[in-house]
Amino acid sequence: MEREKLLEVRDLKQHFKIGRGRVVKAVDGISFDIYKGEVLGLVGESGCGKSTTGRTIIGLYDATDGDVLFKGENVHGKKNKAEKLKFNRAMQMIFQDPYASLNPRMTVADIIAEGIDIHGLAKTNEDRMNRVYDLLETVGLTKEHASRYPHEFSGGQRQRIGIARALAVEPDFIIADEPISALDVSIQAQVVNLMKELQRDRDLTYLFIAHDLSMVKYISDRIGVMYQGHLVELAPAERLYENPIHAYTKSLLSAIPLPDPEHERTRKRIVYESGSLGAVGRSDEDSSIPALREVEPGHYVSLTDAEYEAYKAQLV
Amino acid sequence: METILSVRDLAVSFHTYAGTVQAVRNVSFDLKKGETLAIVGESGSGKSVTSKAIMRLIPNPPGEITNGEILFEGKDLAKLSEKEMLKIRGRDIAMIFQDPMTSLNPTMTIFKQIAEGLKQHQGLTGEDAKKRTLELLTLVGIPNPEARLKQYPHQLSGGMRQRIVIAIALACNPKVLIADEPTTALDVTIQAQILELLKDIQQKTGTAIIFITHDLGVVANMADRVAVMYAGKIVERGTVDEIFYEPRHPYAWGLLGSMPRPTDDPNEALPAIPGTPPNLLDPPKGDAFAPRNPYAMKIDFEKEPPMFQISDTHYAASWLLHPQAPQVTPPKAIRDLALKYRPDSAFAKSILKGGAE
Repeated sequence: MEREKLLEVRDLKQHFKIGRGRVVKAVDGISFDIYKGEVLGLVGESGCGKSTTGRTIIGLYDATDGDVLFKGENVHGKKNKAEKLKFNRAMQMIFQDPYASLNPRMTVADIIAEGIDIHGLAKTNEDRMNRVYDLLETVGLTKEHASRYPHEFSGGQRQRIGIARALAVEPDFIIADEPISALDVSIQAQVVNLMKELQRDRDLTYLFIAHDLSMVKYISDRIGVMYQGHLVELAPAERLYENPIHAYTKSLLSAIPLPDPEHERTRKRIVYESGSLGAVGRSDEDSSIPALREVEPGHYVSLTDAEYEAYKAQLV
Repeated sequence: METILSVRDLAVSFHTYAGTVQAVRNVSFDLKKGETLAIVGESGSGKSVTSKAIMRLIPNPPGEITNGEILFEGKDLAKLSEKEMLKIRGRDIAMIFQDPMTSLNPTMTIFKQIAEGLKQHQGLTGEDAKKRTLELLTLVGIPNPEARLKQYPHQLSGGMRQRIVIAIALACNPKVLIADEPTTALDVTIQAQILELLKDIQQKTGTAIIFITHDLGVVANMADRVAVMYAGKIVERGTVDEIFYEPRHPYAWGLLGSMPRPTDDPNEALPAIPGTPPNLLDPPKGDAFAPRNPYAMKIDFEKEPPMFQISDTHYAASWLLHPQAPQVTPPKAIRDLALKYRPDSAFAKSILKGGAE
């Protein structure tokens, strides 16, 4: 069955000029698809470009190069206001820091309804407020919270407000940029459960960006691993854990401490070093540029020609 | 094993405009020579305040140690003058802070920052201080230490900075090392390196470590013993295996259950703890966890549970341990771990019995 592609990212690049002619290649040519109704997790360590990828897709940055197609339409480049509005309504973002991402001078009702106002979704003030109340209840808050200000809420509650704001314009696609990393352990599970429930009920598609691999595994259908601006491995969530192939993925997975002392006593950490599959510092003879190759159905790994040959040889 | 630090009924309050916040409410624990004690809890549970009280780093005003003793080598640290405390802080008890970006002085070279403690406590200057600094940098795994001496913190990565912070803490061979979320600001692969480093150093120097964290994976990796804090109190303490495989307090169940594990079924909702922690301006009567506790009984809302003893090393403050309490079945994740790893424990047996009913 051919699944419908909601978002296609083609060779996306985001380079930042940092003065004196120097350039940081935060995202350097990545390509992936997101299918309708799925959760794609994007993981990697700080500075790997995962947040930049999310922010470039939604247009917070102007991409240096490459295309982003949403429902087959190119979303970047010159657009008139109506086209921009249409796109903004379909794609929303939930930010990492629930303290910095809500305007402290606006009431919760105004924060949530900003999108409703911009897109003219409510005919009357009563309709507008009813929508706000519905959204508050959807995310586990109450009607009474509408007239309050962000500082009156805890971190977890603020993140719920951020989610309500994203839902207000009834988007198809939500980019969640580390939505739980600023929250306490007991609150993280609440927010992840809420996001999963919403996804099921409203047929949403997520790009879920995070560095907590256990949580990403739990929420995602597929996971992409980024390293230094490149996508090094992309696979169904289960497969990535059962059969990681790229050396960086292996080192990342082996570094996570699990809440299980017996497991921790025997866990061996794999160090990311040259000589292993996909590692930096390849030998000089192997000068071909690494590319994503499908090693099993739906499982892509970034390998050079020689590495791919070596991988295939080792399978036999 | 010999007890090196003993905290008895410690209470710390902060006087604010809104009222008095009782951040730590009668906490007691012992730290033994050469062991790692992990204190786990969420933000606001009082774990950092406890550690700062031991170091006497609670700003007064607004903070105040209102009760209790901190016994270290026959002295009560809670009663020492600031001048006496200066001789202990950094020498006998040292601290590693969470954020290596802010706990170093950006205007001082690496050498100066490490040598500060050496000069203060051991009178080392000149070549001697330099020699010892190089030793320390090598110990914490900084490559090319000679070149680092004249560098400033901004020239180093986060992981390297945290190594410098650890080198400063180790400078005077402290007997007790307090690590307050030392890896929370770091990436997982860097975190793994720092944890390995701390374990290695502990083996070499025999220092006791109080490890403060909210990450149960890190606890499972580092700790010999664990104390679980909630709303300013220790609600359960025991060996690392007792806490992970035979936990008794419903809050410990909630914390352990809400961590996703790779084996979890993604189609089932994570067992989240409902609600939010209480406001310590006005701590609730009874068990502070009761409003969020699905197992709460009437008495939990009225009377505070005492510490019930489960084994020589294992204690928990929950009315469920009272002989008259009804038998309850812990959440699935807790049952699975207990039956998998400790099938012969009394806890596992009580689970099996409960399931049969």
